[in-house]
Amino acid sequence: MSAKETKKISIIEKSLKLFSKKGFYNTTIPDIAKAMKMSVGNMYNYFPSKEELAKCAIKYSTNVLAQDLREVNNMDISSKEKIYEFTRKYFKRVKKTPEIIEYFLRVYLSNREVFNQGCEGFLCVGEFVTEVMILLDEGAAKKEFRDQDFFAAFGMFMGSLGGFAFLSGEKVLEKDLLDYSDLIAENIYRALKYEE
Amino acid sequence: MRNKPKVVWIQALTCNGNTQSLLSSNASRFEQFLNQFELVYHPSLTHHTTLNDVLQSNASYDFLLIEGALTSNTQFLTLSDQSSTAIVEKLIKRSHYVIAVGSCASYGGVHAKFEHNDDVVGVQSVVGKKSACKSGHDTINLTGCPVHPEWILQTLYTLKAKGNIALDDEQRPIELYSHLAHHGCTRNEYFEWKVESKSFGLKEGCLFYEQGCRGPMTHSSCNKILWNDTSSKTRVGMPCIGCTETDFPRENMLETKKNIGIPAEVPLGISKRAYLSLTGIAKTFKIERLIGKLIDENR
Repeated sequence: MSAKETKKISIIEKSLKLFSKKGFYNTTIPDIAKAMKMSVGNMYNYFPSKEELAKCAIKYSTNVLAQDLREVNNMDISSKEKIYEFTRKYFKRVKKTPEIIEYFLRVYLSNREVFNQGCEGFLCVGEFVTEVMILLDEGAAKKEFRDQDFFAAFGMFMGSLGGFAFLSGEKVLEKDLLDYSDLIAENIYRALKYEE
Repeated sequence: MRNKPKVVWIQALTCNGNTQSLLSSNASRFEQFLNQFELVYHPSLTHHTTLNDVLQSNASYDFLLIEGALTSNTQFLTLSDQSSTAIVEKLIKRSHYVIAVGSCASYGGVHAKFEHNDDVVGVQSVVGKKSACKSGHDTINLTGCPVHPEWILQTLYTLKAKGNIALDDEQRPIELYSHLAHHGCTRNEYFEWKVESKSFGLKEGCLFYEQGCRGPMTHSSCNKILWNDTSSKTRVGMPCIGCTETDFPRENMLETKKNIGIPAEVPLGISKRAYLSLTGIAKTFKIERLIGKLIDENR
């Protein structure tokens, strides 16, 4: 990876923290430049606008999740075990780098106008959605999951995980996040599982 | 090869569809065929020769064309007091080339699904992949239900001119079966942008996702060599049903098998992961030009 690419990634990682903490509009390029110990002018050498940075940030953060799920999809285990495995990975990710999930929940979903040019639909989150499709398709093909509408299944899967990450972010959970992992995975599995 | 090669056309278990197809070929091409080949015997088209004449003769034939599936069980089919398998076994030794015409002749087709007779097979199963015909040429499968008439004629002309024809792994002429039915489909732009047809018979929309179209996974030049020089199934709004492939006829032919809304099979040569990525992105765009009617007379 070139030095410029490496620098771009460190800017994105810093921005994710600032955006997810302060929100998109309350975070300025000077804020990010200051956190990066860079000049504002130099920042524009890497990203032409805050909107472009925001779009790169959503691609980056969902690609991290896509990579996690791809590793699980490639495991030689049942689809049920894959749900358990990914739920664990997801919650560990929430604990380790909460900004990745928070950014999705608090910036991407709440500021759609920022993303409606160049990040429409699945354009910037496609890699992750594809991995969810692979998980669901394989589960249904093996008759571990029942056949149902894709978005109903997708919403169940990601809604549960995202919603729980939100509760964790609000600090309202009584126990450690990972203590809930298998319970949530079981709920997701029961909603998807094949029934005669 | 002599100026007018001799052609014998045998019918076994068949609906006669490939004969109908041959008769629907381009009129000048069919006339050319009759002028350049000697159609010695065809149960529906010749009157001066019977099947018995053919069987009792010692003559050699250049082309043995077989339409329909074969069975050695005379309870199910008897021709001149013999089974179709017995007839083909006799004639093959006196023929230079063996051509299975249509999907039933190639693989048994719909007849092979008949569970009361497990001895319904394609020609290749009787005569072998390496045919025992006089030229030693591999058995040629012209798959399709029915086979395109021009494919029959092109195969005959190629063999007449060159003495051999290159075949793919399924024994089909590469020249005719290397394309997919998807190639030349006038709906390709709808396929690219995942705009689906609402029903059969419309000119607008792709037939893959909702109507069961097998165009992207079917080896066939239907959309390159048009039927009646004019059209094809997909051009008039009928999905490709994959009739040139070995698994034809499949069950639920007008449905695309899906798991949780995701096609179980994806176009040939692309991984499911890559296809789903592209699909998700393509669906993002709404191209107005592709949403309305192609010709809107009320506009």
